[in-house]
Amino acid sequence: MYAWHFTEMPYPNLPPLDTLPTMRVSIPSKLFDPKIGADLYNRYLDEHMLADELGLNMLLNEHHQTATCINACAPLTAAILARQTSKGRICILGNPIANRQDPIRIAEEMAMIDCISRGRLDVGFVRGVPYEVFAANSNPTQTVERLWEGIDLVSKAWTHTEGPFNFEGQFTHKRAINLWPRPYQTPHPAIWITGSSDLGNIKRAAARGFVFATFLQPHEKVKWMFDGYRSAYNDTGLPGGGGTAYMPLVYTADSDAEAEAGARELCWYLDAKSEPQYRNPPGYVPVEFNVQALKGTFTGRTDAMRKQSIEFLKDQGVLIYGKPDDVAKQIKRLYDLVGGFDHLLMMQQAGHLSTERTKRSISLFAKEVYPQVQDLARTRPLNARVAAE
Amino acid sequence: MTVAERIENVVNVHGIDIEVRTYGTGSPLVLLAGEEQLEVDSPFVKELARDHKVIMPSPPGFGVSGRPDWLTSPDDLAYIMLDLMEILGLENVPVVGCSLGGWIAAEMATKNDSSFSRLALIGAYGVKVGGPFDVDIQDLWIQHPSKVTAMKWRDVEKSKRDYASMADEQLSVIARNTESFARFCWEPYMHNPKLKHRLHRIATPTLVIWGENDGVASTAYGKAYAGLIEGAEFTTIPEAGHYPQIEQPDAVLKPLRAFLA
Repeated sequence: MYAWHFTEMPYPNLPPLDTLPTMRVSIPSKLFDPKIGADLYNRYLDEHMLADELGLNMLLNEHHQTATCINACAPLTAAILARQTSKGRICILGNPIANRQDPIRIAEEMAMIDCISRGRLDVGFVRGVPYEVFAANSNPTQTVERLWEGIDLVSKAWTHTEGPFNFEGQFTHKRAINLWPRPYQTPHPAIWITGSSDLGNIKRAAARGFVFATFLQPHEKVKWMFDGYRSAYNDTGLPGGGGTAYMPLVYTADSDAEAEAGARELCWYLDAKSEPQYRNPPGYVPVEFNVQALKGTFTGRTDAMRKQSIEFLKDQGVLIYGKPDDVAKQIKRLYDLVGGFDHLLMMQQAGHLSTERTKRSISLFAKEVYPQVQDLARTRPLNARVAAE
Repeated sequence: MTVAERIENVVNVHGIDIEVRTYGTGSPLVLLAGEEQLEVDSPFVKELARDHKVIMPSPPGFGVSGRPDWLTSPDDLAYIMLDLMEILGLENVPVVGCSLGGWIAAEMATKNDSSFSRLALIGAYGVKVGGPFDVDIQDLWIQHPSKVTAMKWRDVEKSKRDYASMADEQLSVIARNTESFARFCWEPYMHNPKLKHRLHRIATPTLVIWGENDGVASTAYGKAYAGLIEGAEFTTIPEAGHYPQIEQPDAVLKPLRAFLA
C-alpha cells in the first residue's frame, strides 16, 4: 500500500464562521491577508517536503474562490515539489479538465513536471465539485462529457510523437497539436480519476487502467465502488498499474487525548460552510437526484458526513486517529472492510491544525504506522492479463 | 365560463419528439412558455383560449420534448420551433413568448417571420444592452434561492409550489426544465450576442410587455430591447415581477388582446 500526505491548504484565519454566509465562491478576498497567505503556502510546502523525506508520497489538489483551499493552481505547487523533493511520488488529484479552457495546456504542464521530477508524477483528472462551475463558468450540465473528451485528447497528445494532429471535438477544437516536451514516463504518467456514486464512470476508468479514488465515504459505499472497479479493471500497462485509492482524515498522536484533539481539528474540513446554490448547480447531478432534491431528500453530494460525531466518523473509516498502533489497526480494518485498496490518501492537515502538530502526526505515521501497513497486498483486479500471470 | 380542454400531442420534428399542448378552438395562436412552464393550465392560457386555439409546444429539453446534444442555444431551439410551425401548417398566426420563450420567439422572428401575424414578448431574455461590466439580467444561478425568488416575484406567495403533492413524473419535468434552462442559457448568460444585430429583420408588428417589479431584468432593459425592434410598442404591468402573465393575467391580457385584435 502506498501512503500519501495531503492537505487542501486551507486559509482558516477567518472571522467567526457564524458571521459568514459561505466560505466558498463569494467570500470577499479582503478576508485573505497575503502575509498570512505567504506563511501558509510555505508551511504547507514544508510539510510536504517533510513527508517526502520520511518516505511518503505527496498529493495535491486545487479549488477556486474558496478559503477551504488556497492551492488554486496545483501545477504550480507540483512544479515546486518536483524540484524541491527527490524521492516521493507527486499526484495532482486532480486537474479540473472539465473546467479549464485548454486541455493541451494541461498536457504541457504535466509533461514538464513529469520531466522535472524525473518521472515521479501521477496525473489525476477530475470533473470538479459542484461549486467549481461558478469560478470556471463551465456549463454544469456537461462536465462529465467534458472530462472524458479532455482525457482522450490529453492522452493522445502525450503519446502521439510523429508530429502534429488536429482535434475537432464537442468542446475543444485545436490545430497542429504537437507536444513539446512529452512526458518522462512511458507511455505516459498514470492517470487517476475520482468519483462518488456513478458506477458507470468508475468502470469506464477501470477499463482504461486508471487509478480510481474516492474521498470521505462510508466504508460500505467504498466497498461497493471498489468492487465495481475491480470487476471492470483492465491493466493497460500504465506506470503503477491502476488500482484503488481512498481518502480518510488521519491524525496520529502520542496519546489518546492528543489524537482526539487533533481529530476534532481535522473535522473543520467537514463543516465547511457553503450556500445551497453552490452545492447543487442546475444539471450537475442527473434529473433523478433533483427529483429527490425537490422532495427534500437530497441536498448535495457532500452532506452525508457533515455534523456527525467523531466516533461515527471513526466507525465509518472516514476519520482515522489514535496512537500509531491504533491507527495501523484502523487502516487494516478499513482495508478488510472495503476488499483491499492500493493508495491511502491521508488528509493529515485541515483547518487550524498547527504545523507542529501536523509534522508530529506525519512523522509518527511515517515511522511507526507505515511499516505496519506498507506490505498490505495490492488488490487483485479481475482481468485476463492478471489471471494469466 | 367554459374551461378550455387541454389536448396533448407529440409531433416529430425532423427526428426530435416535440410535446405540443393545445387549448381552445378559435383562430390559432402559438404560445412559447417560460423556462419554468408555469403557463401550463394557468388562468392566463385558459383565458387566451377563449379567443384562440392556443398551441403551446415545449421546446427541446423542456416538458417531455427530446433534447439531442447538438442543440446548445435558444438560437438552435428557434429553428426547431420554426420547423414545427411549418409541419403544423401554421400561417399568419400570432406568436406570444414569455421569458425564455420570448427569447426563442424573437430568434424565430429574426430568421423568418413570414408566418407571423403578430409578435408579443413578455419579460423576454435574449439581448445584451449594457457593457461587459453591466449586469443586464441578474444572475439567477449564483445567488441564494430566496433572493432569486424575490427577484422573480412581486408577490412571493404566488411563487410557492407544493412539490410534496406532485408525482415523480411532474417533478422530473421541473428538474429537467431547470437543467435545460442552464444547458442553453449558461454562457453567454441569457443572451445571444448576435440577436441584437438581427432584430432589425423583424417586420411583424411587435408588442413588448414587462412587469414593473421585474427584479431579474428591469423595465429599462425591456424598453431598450423593444427599442431594437422597429416600431415595437412597449407597455408595463403594475404589481408584477418577471412573470406578469402569472401574477397579473388580466392586466396582461388587456393590452395583449387589443394588440392581437
